[in-house]
Amino acid sequence: MSLFKRITEKPWETKGVIGGLNPEGSFDAAPEKVALVIFLVVASVIFSMLTVSYYVRMELPDWTPLSDPAQLWLNTGLLVVSSILFQWARNLVSNGQGKYLMAALVGAGVFAVLFIAGQLVAWNSLQSAGYFVASNPANSFFYLLTGLHALHLLGGLWVWSKSLIRLLSLGEPQDVRLSIALCTLYWHFLLIVWLVMFAILSNT
Amino acid sequence: MSYVPLADQEQELHHPHSWVSKYIWSQDHKVIAIQYGGTAIFVGVVALVLSLLMRMQLGFPGAFDLIDPSSYYQAVTMHGMIMVIYLLTALFLGGFGNYLIPLMCGARDMVFPFLNMLSYWIYLLSVLILMASFFVPGGPTGAGWTLYPPQASMAGTPGSDWGIVLMLVSLTVFIVAFTMGGLNYVTTVLQARCRGLTMMRLPLTVWGIFIATILGLFAFPALLVSAIMMTFDTLLGTSFFMPAIIESGSPLDYNGGSPILFQHLFWFFGHPEVYIVALPAFGLVSDVLSTHARKNIFGYRMMVWAIIAIGGLSFIVWAHHMYVSGMNPYFGFFFATTTLIIAVPTALKVYNWVLTLWEGDIRMNVPMYFAIGFIFTFIHGGLTGLFLGNVVIDMPLSDTYFVVAHFHMVMGVSPVLVLFAAIYHWYPKMSGRMYHEGLAKAHFWCTFLGTYAIYLPMHYLGFLGVPRRYYALGSTDFIPASAQDLNATITIAALFVGAAQLLFFINIFWSLKYGKEAGPNPWGSASLEWQTPDTPPAHGNWGDELPVVYRWPYDYSVPGAHEDFIPQNTPESEEPTVDEQHFDPDHDPSMADL
Repeated sequence: MSLFKRITEKPWETKGVIGGLNPEGSFDAAPEKVALVIFLVVASVIFSMLTVSYYVRMELPDWTPLSDPAQLWLNTGLLVVSSILFQWARNLVSNGQGKYLMAALVGAGVFAVLFIAGQLVAWNSLQSAGYFVASNPANSFFYLLTGLHALHLLGGLWVWSKSLIRLLSLGEPQDVRLSIALCTLYWHFLLIVWLVMFAILSNT
Repeated sequence: MSYVPLADQEQELHHPHSWVSKYIWSQDHKVIAIQYGGTAIFVGVVALVLSLLMRMQLGFPGAFDLIDPSSYYQAVTMHGMIMVIYLLTALFLGGFGNYLIPLMCGARDMVFPFLNMLSYWIYLLSVLILMASFFVPGGPTGAGWTLYPPQASMAGTPGSDWGIVLMLVSLTVFIVAFTMGGLNYVTTVLQARCRGLTMMRLPLTVWGIFIATILGLFAFPALLVSAIMMTFDTLLGTSFFMPAIIESGSPLDYNGGSPILFQHLFWFFGHPEVYIVALPAFGLVSDVLSTHARKNIFGYRMMVWAIIAIGGLSFIVWAHHMYVSGMNPYFGFFFATTTLIIAVPTALKVYNWVLTLWEGDIRMNVPMYFAIGFIFTFIHGGLTGLFLGNVVIDMPLSDTYFVVAHFHMVMGVSPVLVLFAAIYHWYPKMSGRMYHEGLAKAHFWCTFLGTYAIYLPMHYLGFLGVPRRYYALGSTDFIPASAQDLNATITIAALFVGAAQLLFFINIFWSLKYGKEAGPNPWGSASLEWQTPDTPPAHGNWGDELPVVYRWPYDYSVPGAHEDFIPQNTPESEEPTVDEQHFDPDHDPSMADL
């Protein structure tokens, strides 16, 4: 039933169990997935607010553009590989193949950790070049955006580590099917957020 | 693996084994609701005491040594922030949302009970951080609840070293807690409704809480972002919001930040926040009015659409809080227009409440007193909102007591009256006992008449031009000396109303032990939460089998029905037959078609 049809129903006219004996779920999906999608919207609002603030603040006279370290290109590559490996793990589970699952899953997490390490290297090189968080608003935004993005990724890694432990102890791919699918979705989302952030940071 | 709808899955409930896991680390939504409610009411009392301190200073300036300008501003700030966020938001969503959503949806619990428990404990942490600011050097922040930079973190504002940081951290933690709870409420409403319970068969309470939670999930990020950026400004010396500025004769290291940017971010959260508080109140009061008027809610679909429309519009009115901050006149025109448009669905709701009462078989139970009281205060506060929505009227009134009177009527007194209505209405279900009727009625009259005695004169003070936020008026030529007499009267009324709340607490605790047994459904309510096999509902809510819903929750005064209503889970086969129904044209159910 379409959303519009749903909210134009006249509830005082119809009696009985609508839709046969099926229970009411608005979406054909696990509740975890519904909650994750809503959370992705919430996270998008956070990053949109920061983007708007970035552009507003940029117009003010004291803004000195920051030349982004080349390290970020390498980091972007690491995050792309991490996302691809997650997608691979997800495909393996849904095809019922357990053979390379562990490799794909471990690889996905390791590349994400490498991405965060790479971001720290980028921070370090900026610091040693004298670009501190408070020296210019462009720098402040750089640290804030990359930091918040990395925090979101750390949250994802926590779920990843739980799935990994479950897979190690149970060994049944079906038990981690949902959490791998959700991690994959979350990773793709964070990759897109990062690509947008990176585009904004390097073009301004 | 094929998809199995949630209500068909055997939900694994966390079964508590000890007193601690039953009442402290509980994952039961009803216990969490009471934990949320208790904590919120406790901080609410702290905020109430702070407001009385403010009133004592305003009514009798200088008579009390313990209130100096700093502590006055600290009281103003903490009173506002606690009432809006830590009391109202937490009690409506964390308290009533938690208690009623699973029961009204026919679910055994929230879909993520562990996350739900975590939400409460993180909320408690945010409250503790906030309370800690009373005990740090310099005390809590006195920046006003809007926390505007640059003054919030500059010497001269009380609490500019520790207080403001604790406030920002506490808000950040609160938002984390809210997000955990909010994801739970929304997902439960979407995915865990029992058989037959379509979205349009949900009680308006669930609709109000559902849409308010969505507003919260989309609006709190703006506060989160501004809190983080302001913490950076305060602790790390960045200049997101802090402009180049001189403090005590020497320039600070800040440069070029935009305080107006903070105001936009803050009010992008701040205005939806008004509706995060108001929409659950609208929902709860609709159900209370309908039940005690023994009539279906007038225009159910309109009520649902109005909630959705108000929710959407609430995101494009925020700058009406900023007319005096300076903005492009076309912006002002735009925001004034949207502000007046949002009055349309709001007024529609008010008409529908009044029309629900019209020709109803009204039973003047205590919740009904508070619900009707709410209609009065809400119309009152709503109408002054129409004044203030216009730029030219707002300009002279913005910094006067008129605004204080307006927002206290519309989002202070009105939601609090609904909270009391809701507590008295659902108390028999939560505790299994009835409250003391006489005490409750005394509580109503003291609160209702008392709050009018406080806020009605404030409108007049505002017209006189008495400025708000001032610790003392001093000698001001344009304000007549008699304004002070009015201020003293308001203070006496405020102290009286504050003391009258003791009646409520005495009643709630006394009735827990000595109240009459309430029975499962004392109000004859048709909605699902009153049909539980146990009162108070047991762990898992529904015994062996989940309920099945056959109708909407407003079948009241049904001709021929046993008693006069048909519960949501009564199948058609057990309905009274047409022959039994003596059709009465005066009670034409097709009224609902409107």
